[in-house]
Amino acid sequence: MPKDSGIGASSKRREDVRFLTGQGRYTDDINLLGQAYVHFLRSDVAHGVLKNVDTSAAAAMPGVVRIFTGADFEGVGGVPCGWQVTDKHGEPMQEPAHPILAQGKVRYVGDAIAAVVADSPEQARDAAEAIMLDIDELPAVVDMKAAVQDGATKVHDDLTSNLCYDWGFVEENKPAVDAAFEAAAHVTTLELVNNRLSPNPMEPRVAVGDYATGTDDSTLYTTSQNPHVIRLLMGAFVLGIPEHKLRVVAPDVGGGFGSKIFHYVEEAFVTFAAKQVKRPVKWTSSRSEAFITDAHGRDHVTKIELALDADNNFTGIRTETYANMGAYLSTFAPSIPTWLHGTLMAGNYKTPNIYVNVKAVFTNTVPVDAYRGAGRPEATFQLERVVDKAARELGVDPIELRRQNFITEFPYATPVAVEYDTGDYEGTMTKLLEMIDRDGFEARRAESAANGKLRGMGVNCYIEACGIAPSALVGQLGARAGLYESATVRVNATGGLVVMTGSHSHGQGHETSFAQVVADMIGIPEDQVEIVHGDTANTPMGMGTYGSRSIAVGGSAMVRATEKIIAKAKKIAAHLMEAAEGDIELKDGAFSVAGTDKSVAWGDVTLAAYVPHNYPLEEIEPGLEETAFYDPNNFTYPAGAYACEVEIDPDTGKVEIMSFAAADDFGNVINPMIVEGQVHGGLAQGIGQALLENVSYDENGQLLSASYMDYTMPRADDVPMFKVDHSSATPCTHNPLGVKGCGEAGAIGSPPSVVNAVVDALQRAGHTDVTHIDMPLTPARVWSAMQN
Amino acid sequence: MTQVSMTVNGRAVSGDVEGRTLLSEFLREGQRMTGTHVGCDTSQCGACVVHVNGEAVKSCTALALDLEGAEVKTIEGMANADGSLGVIQQAFQDHHGLQCGFCTPGMVMSAAALLKDNPKPSEQEVREYLEGNICRCTGYHNIVKAIMAASGQDVSAIAAE
Repeated sequence: MPKDSGIGASSKRREDVRFLTGQGRYTDDINLLGQAYVHFLRSDVAHGVLKNVDTSAAAAMPGVVRIFTGADFEGVGGVPCGWQVTDKHGEPMQEPAHPILAQGKVRYVGDAIAAVVADSPEQARDAAEAIMLDIDELPAVVDMKAAVQDGATKVHDDLTSNLCYDWGFVEENKPAVDAAFEAAAHVTTLELVNNRLSPNPMEPRVAVGDYATGTDDSTLYTTSQNPHVIRLLMGAFVLGIPEHKLRVVAPDVGGGFGSKIFHYVEEAFVTFAAKQVKRPVKWTSSRSEAFITDAHGRDHVTKIELALDADNNFTGIRTETYANMGAYLSTFAPSIPTWLHGTLMAGNYKTPNIYVNVKAVFTNTVPVDAYRGAGRPEATFQLERVVDKAARELGVDPIELRRQNFITEFPYATPVAVEYDTGDYEGTMTKLLEMIDRDGFEARRAESAANGKLRGMGVNCYIEACGIAPSALVGQLGARAGLYESATVRVNATGGLVVMTGSHSHGQGHETSFAQVVADMIGIPEDQVEIVHGDTANTPMGMGTYGSRSIAVGGSAMVRATEKIIAKAKKIAAHLMEAAEGDIELKDGAFSVAGTDKSVAWGDVTLAAYVPHNYPLEEIEPGLEETAFYDPNNFTYPAGAYACEVEIDPDTGKVEIMSFAAADDFGNVINPMIVEGQVHGGLAQGIGQALLENVSYDENGQLLSASYMDYTMPRADDVPMFKVDHSSATPCTHNPLGVKGCGEAGAIGSPPSVVNAVVDALQRAGHTDVTHIDMPLTPARVWSAMQN
Repeated sequence: MTQVSMTVNGRAVSGDVEGRTLLSEFLREGQRMTGTHVGCDTSQCGACVVHVNGEAVKSCTALALDLEGAEVKTIEGMANADGSLGVIQQAFQDHHGLQCGFCTPGMVMSAAALLKDNPKPSEQEVREYLEGNICRCTGYHNIVKAIMAASGQDVSAIAAE
């Protein structure tokens, strides 16, 4: 029977009430007294020498407070990159400066050139139009492979080329991998594009800078997934503000999906400008601006080869990927195609020899960084596509080929540097097969055929590394920050408590699910627990929310802090009941002495902690407040099996998703309702990538998909009702909750099954030459594939 | 600047606006009613949907000056008189039809307009009606379910999906 509260219950979300009544407080809802507004004048050419910026006419426009250009930021740091990748020769990556406002050159359409601060947003915008620019346009670097040819135009003149790094993983393994291919009975090769996407949280980015002249304190309100990370990066590396004089607040945030992890130039600008003009300065991105400034995701061009022996066992995987970095290195950009991609190339399979090569390339495009899944969808897509292609070439069942090669014993050390602690890939596949009525497929196909439609089924597996991340490990891999998480539990005198977490909730429902955990541990009602997040002034230093890490890392920190609370409360209870501490038990919000009928309520103990009249002051301090920092000793490894059925209209090439099923292993689950909602959203984003979404640049570096009229977001009628299940679960072995994280799975696992299903439909219809179509599978692409 | 007066959630309001001031700006900046959200600049996303004289309207495409004397209803006016959640709002909470909450005001206002015209919509009718409301978080599954539940239909079969 489902629980009605605590761990495992589908508690309704407490945050919903404010969101459903218009009482949420998002960054754009914040207006400060005397606030000015900034409008950024952005480059409309992809590449050029910035010869002159004439602001004289604009400065005389009504309401203009001040106009800033690159010259105002000489001596101010640029936004830093948080991860250094070492290339296959042992050399550090090439790392260009990223100034707040363009200096000397513009490098992508959207690069900020000047910033007009004015009394109203309209005045700022009007004045920006009066700025005269003199730009000598240069050839745009757009195509990645052309960008790394000798003699190619350079995006950054001070770098030796457009190659950020050429990464080999694991370089020492390459001879063994090559030998596996020499010895293979069969090799399947696939070249593919992992399409560039725009994350598109529904709330555009906003930043408000404030400066208090009386105290020299700066405050930044920003749409961020990790306010402490922004405070550290901006304070220490950009503006030189010590952390105790800088507060960063990320209030209600309307979705992130990775794009609100990064420290953006606009955040540094408003904080800097507020001090300069002695007024709060606010920036609100338009959606059009979001398309040309929010970091994009994916954008890999890959060749993957799979070697098999005569018994169809996988013996080797070899890949070569070109990964687009865009014009500058965004905060975590270098880590995405490397440590979040190469390390997942084993997938769910016991392939002994794996070599991954990634060439990261600078182009005159928007910077590319993490987007939901971040590297892991790219790994999953190529692997699950090449396995499907291999099954077809070998004439074997694609599910059986996967099963035959599943990793079945744990822990399992992959050849790509990670150790899976636990999993049951057969379990999730079995669950999936229960969900999809595979035996009935032929009848459904016949029915589709009778309606003139082509039907296909696609299946795939996935694995991801979540709970990011063990600090010591990522430190070795080039991370310039730790990736622990923190929590402070502050118990009030009357027994209610507040958890201040370094995690951040921007749709995930932490205020509900985190409270479920603590309430369950103590045995008090969930409404006695309040979750506070998003403000560096009242939360301990934490690294924020991304990489499906919040419950696995942040939740674990909260458990550790609560354990400290309980341990201290037991000492107080022992004193109150004149019993031995070791005999005290906590159950349902009351402390009792084992084997007796003595007990004291939770509230009596908390009151004693703050009114310590009868209290062991010589042994313990008054009060009941504890902090814990938790650094995991491994990633978590959610995994699963997904299936998709599609119908294709052969006259138009339009693909319709007829059904989609997801069997996930997330380990233990705190709130099933929230977990299923996370999967639904991920699936829609993955289906969006597979069928609809594409960031498109022309050869001049002009963005062709810069609005919702050009970039196809999934709408309600593009997706079906989803079948989801997480009952085949193997709890994580190394964190206290046994949780693995669920935020990204849907987006990681779904694109290959959609493409596999479309290829299956076309193959069954006799289009045997169609072995792959690049995403998004638009009607034009599918129809064209059918004509060859 | 020209003065415009209208009724918002039953309350008479007025303010000085420019000719270019949008209804969404009038509500958010002029009236400090920030429940109505703006998620795009091409009238695609639907986060800004309000009711004007009983019809669903994208408030980012309506000029405030054109709405002299209009009756406007926003998300702030959707709760019951005693402050409890209205039927549609409650269904969204019960069926987890929201995550980050940013598209939610527009979704609720669109759902109310749909159910007024079509009290028992089919799943497909709900999906087609929501063509002008984009959600990035939920995959729409639970939004569609919530709207059908709010219409009094049994959604237990969907729950089993």
